[in-house]
Amino acid sequence: MSCCAPGADGFAGGVQSLPSDDEVRFSARNLGDGVFQTELSVPAVHCGACIRSIEAGLGRLDGVEAARVNLSTRRVTVRWRGEALPPIVATLARLGYAPTVFDEPEGEKDRTLSELLVAVAVSGFAAGNIMLLSVSVWSGAEGATRDLFHWVSALIALPAMFFAGRIYYRSAWGALKHGRMNMDVPIAIGITMAYALSLYETIHSGPHAYFDASVTLLFFLLIGRSLDHVMRERARTAVKGLARLAPRGALVIGAGGARDYLALSEIEPGMRLLVAAGERIPVDAVVEAGLSDIDRSLVSGESAPQKVAEGDAIQAGTLNLTGPLTLAATARAEDSFLAEMLRMMEAAEGGRARYRRIADRVSAAYAPVVHLTALATFLGWMAATGGDWHRAVTVAIAVLIITCPCALGLAVPIVQVVAARRLFEHGIMVRDGGAMERLAEADVAVFDKTGTLTLGHPRLQNLQQIAPEALAAAAALAANSRHPLSQAVAVYDEGKGPVFEAVAERPGLGVEGRAEGSLWRLGRAEWARGDGASGEAADEGTVLSRDGAVLARFEFDDAIRPDAREALAELEDRLGPVEMLSGDTARACRRVADRLSIAHVEAGLMPADKVARIEALARQGRKVLMVGDGLNDAPALGAAHVSMAPATAADIGRNAADFVFLRDSLSAVPVALDVSRRAGRLVRQNVALAIVYNVFAVPVAILGYVTPLIAAVAMSTSSIIVIANALRLGRVRR
Amino acid sequence: MSMLIYLIPVALFLGALALLAFLWALRSGQYEDLDGAAERVLLDDEDEPQTPAKR
Repeated sequence: MSCCAPGADGFAGGVQSLPSDDEVRFSARNLGDGVFQTELSVPAVHCGACIRSIEAGLGRLDGVEAARVNLSTRRVTVRWRGEALPPIVATLARLGYAPTVFDEPEGEKDRTLSELLVAVAVSGFAAGNIMLLSVSVWSGAEGATRDLFHWVSALIALPAMFFAGRIYYRSAWGALKHGRMNMDVPIAIGITMAYALSLYETIHSGPHAYFDASVTLLFFLLIGRSLDHVMRERARTAVKGLARLAPRGALVIGAGGARDYLALSEIEPGMRLLVAAGERIPVDAVVEAGLSDIDRSLVSGESAPQKVAEGDAIQAGTLNLTGPLTLAATARAEDSFLAEMLRMMEAAEGGRARYRRIADRVSAAYAPVVHLTALATFLGWMAATGGDWHRAVTVAIAVLIITCPCALGLAVPIVQVVAARRLFEHGIMVRDGGAMERLAEADVAVFDKTGTLTLGHPRLQNLQQIAPEALAAAAALAANSRHPLSQAVAVYDEGKGPVFEAVAERPGLGVEGRAEGSLWRLGRAEWARGDGASGEAADEGTVLSRDGAVLARFEFDDAIRPDAREALAELEDRLGPVEMLSGDTARACRRVADRLSIAHVEAGLMPADKVARIEALARQGRKVLMVGDGLNDAPALGAAHVSMAPATAADIGRNAADFVFLRDSLSAVPVALDVSRRAGRLVRQNVALAIVYNVFAVPVAILGYVTPLIAAVAMSTSSIIVIANALRLGRVRR
Repeated sequence: MSMLIYLIPVALFLGALALLAFLWALRSGQYEDLDGAAERVLLDDEDEPQTPAKR
């Protein structure tokens, strides 16, 4: 057993289907010598005891050579030997850690992080040693000793500049090549100039060298950059580890009846596919044989499951609930509904692509000012000293060094790292810092209904009207079914109901079983009463019957997300009226809207209609926050200024969203808005602080009073102030 | 002052040693699961050392 209940971390629970062994086998990597390696994501892992129970549990299986849990990425790597896959998935599920398969191209390890860490280490080493020598110079080393110290510093700084500095040179060059300006341009120019000037001074036995300034600057900035990267990587792996909703492939029935698991891309129209109950439909298809219920809530937003039988068309991405189906594929994966949504999403990508981050906007204004000031200083000194170009160049470069945006380079990322950490604590993942900036600007909120405002699964509504014995029997019977309505009843199973035998699920009808000598049925009213013998006309309700006599009637509605009312009230308070756009029927929408008192509701929308509504708002100059989960929301999520999705969302919806929240509660939306706005305020404060610093430092530099000591003190102080200000975000209690 | 001839190289050497140690640690995968490393300390010793999954 797991040490703590699975999902104790507040992860959205809900019905989760496990990856099939075929799928796991398919994604295993062959290491040669008959050894295979499988990597699975196990989002529920979160403590040392979890590591222990998983590694021990898997290690005992036949054929498993080694199992290793990575707690940071919440993944488990299993090496196994032999032809057949050991029951890894079943074992993990039994231990309470339902695994999911994730996509990661081979060799796609986090190279950027190790490059950044190496750069931090090298620049840290160089900064430490150079500072040691610089302090000696500032304390009064003179003559040959000072020159020696300068030379040693130059030697240490050189590899650091190449090795650690290349990250900035590469980024600055990339920006300049595309005619843009980013913060790395003035940084690259600043450190290079500082190094060049110092080298010149050293060669000519000058008193002032800025090796320490250029290397410490690199060191500080790289720390900020690494933290920023770690934050984004953490959010990325967390989102990636969530259950995949799109299958990787399907079981194809060949001509001779042979069954093969083929990758999605190899499935051609006309192929016959076998989809078990609980699996997602891989491509658009027509039912050839079988009877089942299909959950379309992620695809179209319809909350009620739909019955399918031979000849019915099914869209890719829907979930097969109750019975196995044999399908004939009608489209390739890239022509399926999912692919169409992806294309619409690309076409809709609007506001976000045009958005420029605050740091880039500031540096676009800042860099020319700084560089022109340096040029003016040079010309001014040339004029004042009558052509002493050495003096003029020295002072001009000192201006560049002192204005090198160390504080500015840290001002934005540090705040966003702290903010992302706070959001992480609330179970909210942020794609990047720009997302927070855009969320802070949002001025209207638009919600999807099914799966966003509601949990996407039904809840028993008339609990009071049902007799306790009937409920106990119904719950015991319902526990045998995957149908969402059954599961809503099965929640009340306390083991008090009769023991059922010969339980069978009747796709499209309900579930039946024998107990105490009679036949019990839970499902559609006319079926449960037996052959529709009663005089009542088409009755769609759900009932429990015993030998055809109705014992109880069950009514359901879609469960509203916890805290939805409060969250929406808070949003109305800050952003004005929220809107609801749904693909579901007007009646279902009205019910939810009334309970949450949402005035503006549009029902029965196609994906394109949602995008159109968002674009209409954007044309009015509104900045739209879109919250949605389905495949049908993905284009709208892409079109919006900023978007959020719950963890239960469809894969492409999750990938399109800027924020993903892992918990059920809808309060994640106002929390994210709140933290983003506070972060935005702190970013502006930090930028202002950095500018104030320049207002004081630049005149000193222009007048030629800056020495390396003053530069080091000034730059460190401003960086520390900026960091301290950013940390305030972490302290404030909500 | 002649002491500097020895002291500077010694300082640099020690610093470089620390740098190399860090690089070695990074390369051998010790920074890949920081949260896990923090928890594994608390686990009881296993009968035999677990072979880390080869990458």
